[in-house]
Amino acid sequence: MTTLQEPRLSTGSLLRLATAGSVDDGKSTLVGRLLHDLRVVMPDQLAAVERVSRERGLAAPDLALLTDGLRAEREQGITIDVAYRYFATARRRFILADTPGHVQYTRNMVTGASTAQLAVILVDARHGIVEQTRRHAAVAALLCVPQIVLLVNKMDLVGFDKDVFAEISADFARYLERLGVDDPTSIPISALRGDNVVEPSQAMDWYQGPTFLQHLEEVPPAPDPTEQAARFPVQYVIRSGERDYRGYAGQLVSGVLRPGDEVVVLPANRRTTVAGIDIAGRPVDEAFAPQSVTVRLTDNLDVARGELIAAAALSAPQPTRELTATVCHLSERPLGVGDRVLLRHTTRTVQAEITELVHRIDVETLAATSNPGKLRANDIARIRLRTATSIAADKYAVNRHTGSFLLIDAASGDTLTAGLIGGLL
Amino acid sequence: MNALTRAHELTHLGVLEAEAIHIFREAVAEFERPVLLFSGGKDSIVMLHLAGLAFAPAPVPFPVMHVDTGHNFPEVLAYRDMAVDRAGVRLLVAGVQEYIDDGRLHERADGTRNPLQTVPLLDAIRTNRFDAVFGGGRRDEEKARAKERVFSVRDEFGQWDPRRQRPELWSLYNGRHRPGEHVRVFPLSNWTELDVWQYIEEQRIVLPSIYFAHRREVFRRDGMWLAPGAWGGPKNGEPTEVRSVRYRTVGDMSCTGAVDSTARTVPEVIVEIAASTLTERGASRADDRMSEAAMEDRKREGYF
Ligand SMILES: Nc1nc2c(ncn2[C@@H]2O[C@H](COP(=O)(O)OP(=O)(O)O)[C@@H](O)[C@H]2O)c(=O)[nH]1
Repeated sequence: MTTLQEPRLSTGSLLRLATAGSVDDGKSTLVGRLLHDLRVVMPDQLAAVERVSRERGLAAPDLALLTDGLRAEREQGITIDVAYRYFATARRRFILADTPGHVQYTRNMVTGASTAQLAVILVDARHGIVEQTRRHAAVAALLCVPQIVLLVNKMDLVGFDKDVFAEISADFARYLERLGVDDPTSIPISALRGDNVVEPSQAMDWYQGPTFLQHLEEVPPAPDPTEQAARFPVQYVIRSGERDYRGYAGQLVSGVLRPGDEVVVLPANRRTTVAGIDIAGRPVDEAFAPQSVTVRLTDNLDVARGELIAAAALSAPQPTRELTATVCHLSERPLGVGDRVLLRHTTRTVQAEITELVHRIDVETLAATSNPGKLRANDIARIRLRTATSIAADKYAVNRHTGSFLLIDAASGDTLTAGLIGGLL
Repeated sequence: MNALTRAHELTHLGVLEAEAIHIFREAVAEFERPVLLFSGGKDSIVMLHLAGLAFAPAPVPFPVMHVDTGHNFPEVLAYRDMAVDRAGVRLLVAGVQEYIDDGRLHERADGTRNPLQTVPLLDAIRTNRFDAVFGGGRRDEEKARAKERVFSVRDEFGQWDPRRQRPELWSLYNGRHRPGEHVRVFPLSNWTELDVWQYIEEQRIVLPSIYFAHRREVFRRDGMWLAPGAWGGPKNGEPTEVRSVRYRTVGDMSCTGAVDSTARTVPEVIVEIAASTLTERGASRADDRMSEAAMEDRKREGYF
């Protein structure tokens, strides 16, 4: 039995999700199972998996092979980087950021979660909530992923026991409460057998909730970005000589804009009015997030890349040169007080200096260590920075786009750190 | 109002389009000399279309480059010239044939020229000092591509090092690079084959005729239908026959296979794809079958 008529034809909305789990919890098997049951996996891919599984002496095809990408991973036998997968049902399209669970790769989870509207955390029913689970949940909460789902996997290895599931779900809910997240969804599954992944489980009739896929299809998408105040970081100035055209190209990251709207250009703090909005060179009556559009302003202001056009309201960000943020350090190069870096915020890049490392956060226990010395890869910490010129930022919890930044090594160009302005922890 | 429908909500195609336009504009704002790889294939056609939308009413602010294997389908070359003319962009052609003629490259024993494109491509990037190269790669195409970044830094030899790829968060793309290095930019990263086709339909984008069913003389090799041509096929003992076929990708004639098809319109192609049982690359690219890690190896060398 299947609920899917035309699994690959859909014109519905798009949901971005990220998965996380410790090594061996069954994440690759889950993703392989999902792709297999949704028939995203084509017979030629399946044939390759069957061949390799046979070569390795396995009794059944190892669906995890479907998602193992790079050579280094195959050699180490673990997933080491974020991989993106695509699948669809009649109702929705999904982009899945498959993030590895190995402890030193918190940064991958942060990367995957940064765009996710839903985080999937996998545990082994035999082990329950472990250190990594707490890490992953904390990262998802920190990055304000709107929905968190716990999958209790390998239920077949605990005799499909209702009480085991109930206990793990309760444990998880208690931990999330400490992170300020209410009511996570928990689903008992067996990725290997396919129970409650796409098809409902025959072995767990005590579970009345949705299968994992039903849940993905039915969760309300992230808070509507168009209900927030308008924010439009200017990317590029489009000029066209013939018509004396000057338009500001960018993506509306939140809110709705219409001709006639009062706006403020930040950080210069100049008020003006939207004269017109063009999409593909043609005027429109309104634009809404996340459309890419071109905005024309009434005054002859000279606005440049890196400036922010925001709805003129009390909620418009106050330009500042002092920031407090929660950061996840991504690079092998340590970061310390006094370090000079580039700060990339929306379309603006400015110089910045680390002025204080307030504390490091143990994402497992949520305990803070003051004076942490230097930040190392995968550390999560609270820091203060000063920028050379002002930026107009929102709090990350209010707006993921105007509340996030990267720190970049000016010499190597490497991305060092991901930052959340304000920040939870 | 239903919880799933909102006053303002883009369809998945609208979201992908907005994201691709954003990527084009980021690259043009951050780099000095971008170029778009244009093969006349559907992905590059969609890219050129999106670039037009991104910068209207101004013209597309970068040239396009075709790496010509010398074994291209004539229909595709004709389409290329027409499309470039219409978009008002400058076309550069880097020719594999010249490299073979003057001995800088050697024809492979199997006659396949796709792997030979890397050298002319990297030379053209170097001599033109291109610092950003738009490619039509999609993450759904192949396992090694699933981890590709939207902005992917290549070293001065054009090589891709999976360990040096920068984490990419939110929609903040870091394109900083050292002199001599360049960045591959993939605006269609998050599109699937079906998305591309649905977008072609939605936007009424015209494609080269070989994407639609037509009668063609073909012969069977390695489970694919190949077209005879100056590149050297068929060999002895490979009988040809006329069949109704179409192409799912366009590349070098020596390794791009046709599939049996009766789909003459975009909607008919979409129906066929949705029901198809072979992935796009598996169906029509002999060079990807060479080994499990073929794509990854070529990426390291600087292939698209
Ligand atoms: N019995 C059982 N084994 C499972 C299940 N899911 C995964 N496994 C096995 O657990 C091992 C680790 O799975 P894998 O998907 O590679 O884990 P990953 O490291 O999280 O990607 C493999 O041997 C799987 O076959 C399940 O639901 N039940």
